[in-house]
Amino acid sequence: MTVTDAEAPADALLRVRDLRVSFPGKGRRAPRTEVLKGVCLDIRPGETLGLVGESGSGKTTLGRAVLGLAPVDSGTITFAGERIDQAGRARRRELSRDLQVVFQDPYTSLNPSLTIGDTLAEPLFGHGVSAREARARVGDLLDRVHLPADAAARLPREFSGGQRQRVAIARALALRPRLVICDEPVSALDLTTRRTVLDLLLEIQEETGVAYLFVTHDLSVVRFMSHRVAVIHHGEIVETGDAGTVTTEPRHDYTRALLLAAPVADVAEQRRRRRAARASAGR
Amino acid sequence: MLNFIARRIAAGALLLVVISFLSYLLLSVPGTDVGRQLLGQGADQAAVDAKNASLGLDRPVLAQYADWLARAVRGDLGTSWFTSEDVGTAVAGRLPVTASLMLGVTLVTTVVSFLLGVWAGVRRGAVDRVVQVLGVVGYALPGFLVTLVLVLVFAVRLNWFPAIGYTPFTESPGGWLSTITLPVLSLSVASVAGVCQQVRGAVIDVLRQDYVRTLRARGLPASRIVFRHVLRNASAPALSVLGMQFVGLLGGAVLVEQIFGLPGIGSMTVTYTARGDIPVIMALVMLTVVGVVLINLLVDIMIGWLNPKARAA
Amino acid sequence: MSENLPAGAPAAGLPGVPSRDAGEAGVPPVRRGGAVRRLLRNPLGALSAAVLLLLVAAAVLAPLLAPQDPAASSLGDAFAGPGGAHPLGTDSAGRDILSRLLHGGRNTLGGALIALGIALVLGVPSGLYAGYRGGRFDAAANWVVDLVMALPAMVVLLASRAILGPDVRALMTVLGVLAAPSFFRLVRGIVAGVRTELYVDAAKVSGLSDARIVARHVLIVVRGPVIIQVALVAGIAIGLQAGLEFLGIGSGSAPTWGAMLNEAFQNIQRAPLLMLWPGLALGLTNAALVLLAGALRDGLEDRAGQAPAPRRAARRHGGTVPAVTIAACGDPADRAGLLSVRGLTVAYPRPDGGGREVVRGVDLDVRAGEIVGLVGESGSGKTQTAFAVLGILPEGGRVTGGSITVKGREVVGLPERARRGLRGGTVAYVPQEPMSNLDPAFTIGSQLTEPLRHVLGLSRREAARRAVDLLRLVEIPRPEQVMRLYPHEISGGMAQRVLIAGAMSCDPELLIADEPTTALDVRVQAEILDLLRRLQKDRGLGVLLVTHDLGVVADLCDRVAVMNTGRIVEAGTTERVLRSPEDAYTRTLLGAVLDQAPARSPWQPPKARSATA
Repeated sequence: MTVTDAEAPADALLRVRDLRVSFPGKGRRAPRTEVLKGVCLDIRPGETLGLVGESGSGKTTLGRAVLGLAPVDSGTITFAGERIDQAGRARRRELSRDLQVVFQDPYTSLNPSLTIGDTLAEPLFGHGVSAREARARVGDLLDRVHLPADAAARLPREFSGGQRQRVAIARALALRPRLVICDEPVSALDLTTRRTVLDLLLEIQEETGVAYLFVTHDLSVVRFMSHRVAVIHHGEIVETGDAGTVTTEPRHDYTRALLLAAPVADVAEQRRRRRAARASAGR
Repeated sequence: MLNFIARRIAAGALLLVVISFLSYLLLSVPGTDVGRQLLGQGADQAAVDAKNASLGLDRPVLAQYADWLARAVRGDLGTSWFTSEDVGTAVAGRLPVTASLMLGVTLVTTVVSFLLGVWAGVRRGAVDRVVQVLGVVGYALPGFLVTLVLVLVFAVRLNWFPAIGYTPFTESPGGWLSTITLPVLSLSVASVAGVCQQVRGAVIDVLRQDYVRTLRARGLPASRIVFRHVLRNASAPALSVLGMQFVGLLGGAVLVEQIFGLPGIGSMTVTYTARGDIPVIMALVMLTVVGVVLINLLVDIMIGWLNPKARAA
Repeated sequence: MSENLPAGAPAAGLPGVPSRDAGEAGVPPVRRGGAVRRLLRNPLGALSAAVLLLLVAAAVLAPLLAPQDPAASSLGDAFAGPGGAHPLGTDSAGRDILSRLLHGGRNTLGGALIALGIALVLGVPSGLYAGYRGGRFDAAANWVVDLVMALPAMVVLLASRAILGPDVRALMTVLGVLAAPSFFRLVRGIVAGVRTELYVDAAKVSGLSDARIVARHVLIVVRGPVIIQVALVAGIAIGLQAGLEFLGIGSGSAPTWGAMLNEAFQNIQRAPLLMLWPGLALGLTNAALVLLAGALRDGLEDRAGQAPAPRRAARRHGGTVPAVTIAACGDPADRAGLLSVRGLTVAYPRPDGGGREVVRGVDLDVRAGEIVGLVGESGSGKTQTAFAVLGILPEGGRVTGGSITVKGREVVGLPERARRGLRGGTVAYVPQEPMSNLDPAFTIGSQLTEPLRHVLGLSRREAARRAVDLLRLVEIPRPEQVMRLYPHEISGGMAQRVLIAGAMSCDPELLIADEPTTALDVRVQAEILDLLRRLQKDRGLGVLLVTHDLGVVADLCDRVAVMNTGRIVEAGTTERVLRSPEDAYTRTLLGAVLDQAPARSPWQPPKARSATA
């Protein structure tokens, strides 16, 4: 599906057009596996775009391509009016001011041998902030994600998954970015922790006007978090629209199947959905 | 599988050519005057030159190497400069000694370390501690020191085994056994220690795998789980260490053969390298590299057989 | 033999293969402090460090300490015993053994130092570069390394001696080159692993230069293993050098431990004790090095304390109740016929000798034909409860109190053999992670037929027929072909079906399913849930479904029990618990569910938004 010009806002912060990414096949002569097959999307300043799909759909690769962590075969990625899909190392380092990430796994996204303070100061050092100022900023950052100030001196393993994810969010915010790629930021967390981390992300967006590309497999999370939702399947965006519309009146069969397959915590409602799913599958 | 073996043999052949070339080049560099060495200080220069010419040493090194390679491919490894023996025959005559040593060590290592390693990994506790101490001792003591101690105790003091000499198997199997026992034991200490640790670690690792729990939940007896599933999955890492030990064993054989006065490849290496007898050194280097390549191939084939995932890759 | 250069993973527990001995069930004790302090806390580590320091000091100060010139011989004093001017006696040429020992240490350790230096300089930077950048350099370097590693060090050293002459320094340089691959492989392997870590990606996104990333994230990881490898390679270098000297092809006249041993060996019949001192010096040095490496490794593992897998690890809880509680089992008539749990406690031993309770007084019933959900967050003890019922608690864990009856029969305290009889046949298990629960080395068919043959005692042919039927039962297309496949050749969803087929193989009455759909995509999850529902209906199975997903509970379960920190906080019919929860924790849990939360309203330009706010 392509985005028509009418849908493409002129004021987009991030604009992705016809993006293709592939990885080498397993054997030596095996053909390359195409992970993204011409993806288009836009994110406006302060907007959350939810990108929802199953494992292997290419949703994580899309985020990584925007961050320059996955090689782009063809297509364009434009950030604030500038082409960044072929940006060099030096330009990438500068871009890190505006473009940040929160990864899925809070257990491996923090270096286990660095203190929280060192981890949070990392992006600051990269951009020539003095050690003293960095220390002050680290205190502010911890405060912003509701962690105690003494956390700076401790190591990641002293924290729970939810707390680590707060640290990861604080790291992403350190440089006051304009867009944060959130790659399944709550999938590894328990239900009750999940909610508090999502609330924190919303609160930060409200305060700073940051935009999110929110990648997840969970429709209920994406619906709660996103202004707009894009559904990705086998490397293609099959449906885009407002969160409410896509998650209640999906147009595409795949979106509908995905929606009906996710069980809800209500016995009667779940029974109804199960029947609906069976009916739509039998159709 | 055949494809894999063919590819590996081709890679091994390439390795042989590269190593032989480098060895030949390096061995030919020094200014030792072979002719002078053979004929003695008293010989006149013309005779020395003639000798060198007859050995082909007056030609460029590359030409010498090409010549050597061409003959080696046909199975002719040349003649020793110092003894005029045919190198192939000389090496072949000594191979059985070293081969029985290697075979013995591999056998002892495999049996002992799998038994001890599995036992330690499954039972833990006291056995485990013994195995770990053994691992440290075996790893810490230089092999020849272990050998010296064994000689001192079993040959000099107790007089159970001869301290020196070798009896071919064809001559007297009993004599062969008694001359080979101490050397094999000395070489086995370190390799048992290493492989045993590896088996133990792998067994503990596999026992913690989810599928072992699932197998238990299926009601299978513990012995069956250990001997079928754990052993098979733990064997692959142990085998690769066994393969790596082999390279070291060749080095160890040099010392052990020297100490026990065994007429094998190892003691041959000491004698002939000291004299700079290039045809013999080349043959010995080739032989060891072929041995290493073959052992690695064997290990890889066995790992492929044990682990279907490695087979696919 | 220790002449072998360590090939990345010389033995279990040495750097390449970190041994994972630390109990998996517990969070490693939180300890801070430098590596040095941790090392010294380990008695073996402190001792070996002290021995090494002493040896190095003795070698450095040899010219001052040695009572005599090591080369001064007096044939009249040959084979003199200890005492007088010769504290350790004299050798065959009447030379003072103590002086030779001290000077020998100087030469031996000095030689090892050369080899180590060369190996480090060659191996570490190239390993860093190859591991971090990969590509052509990596491929070329690996080829060279494979080549060098195919060469037996002793043979090469002998050949080198033929070329270079009897110069110890030159030989040790060669040895350094031969040892470099072990550093290269070690460093390259670690760096290649670190390079793909998410925290390195995060550092890249943070705008750090490659040099900075290597300095901050890579060196810190490489440092420890390299130090360990230094200790090991030093031991090997010393051993090899001594071996060369022993063969009499080292430096010639200079005193070294190897040369002393050679001399002793020549006189083994006459004065066997000559071997004692150089042998002791050599053995002590190498043992100290290996033990030091071991202590360093333990210290590192202690610190790295890789985060325990969050789901699998049972968490530590606040209050400790080490006493064994014997449950009041109540009226047996209250207890369900199929599975009944009363007052179950499960504990893991603590390092301090106490117990850490992860399940604390759980009551639970499953009747025939009923699906009961056991729901809770990670660390709630739900999986431990399931394992206790099956009798497959991980190492260290045990039931410390309470009662579990299966079909009316008490199973707590039952001998393993009788317990095994229940598993598979009466109680079966469906695990969480489909891939890791199939043995990678055996085909699907062999794994399915194994319990049929060895638990039910069917013939090979009969078992194969039944296995195909089972695969059909779990709706796997073309079962005959799937039988011949290996686990890595099938998808996660299919693997979970195979595991369910395996659980059904001995026709159980009770199925314990531990998060059976957590690792699957929602559409596959829906299929698996349908399959479980059908099996339960067709066969009258009782199912205990462990899950964290309230949607899955609503979909499948008749009744549900909510678990928190080892206790059941609320139980009842699924409808009642989800609709009108009584316990505060259950309410928190349900409150966190986003199903009913309104969708976020569409985006508005910043100005419009502030106007409406």
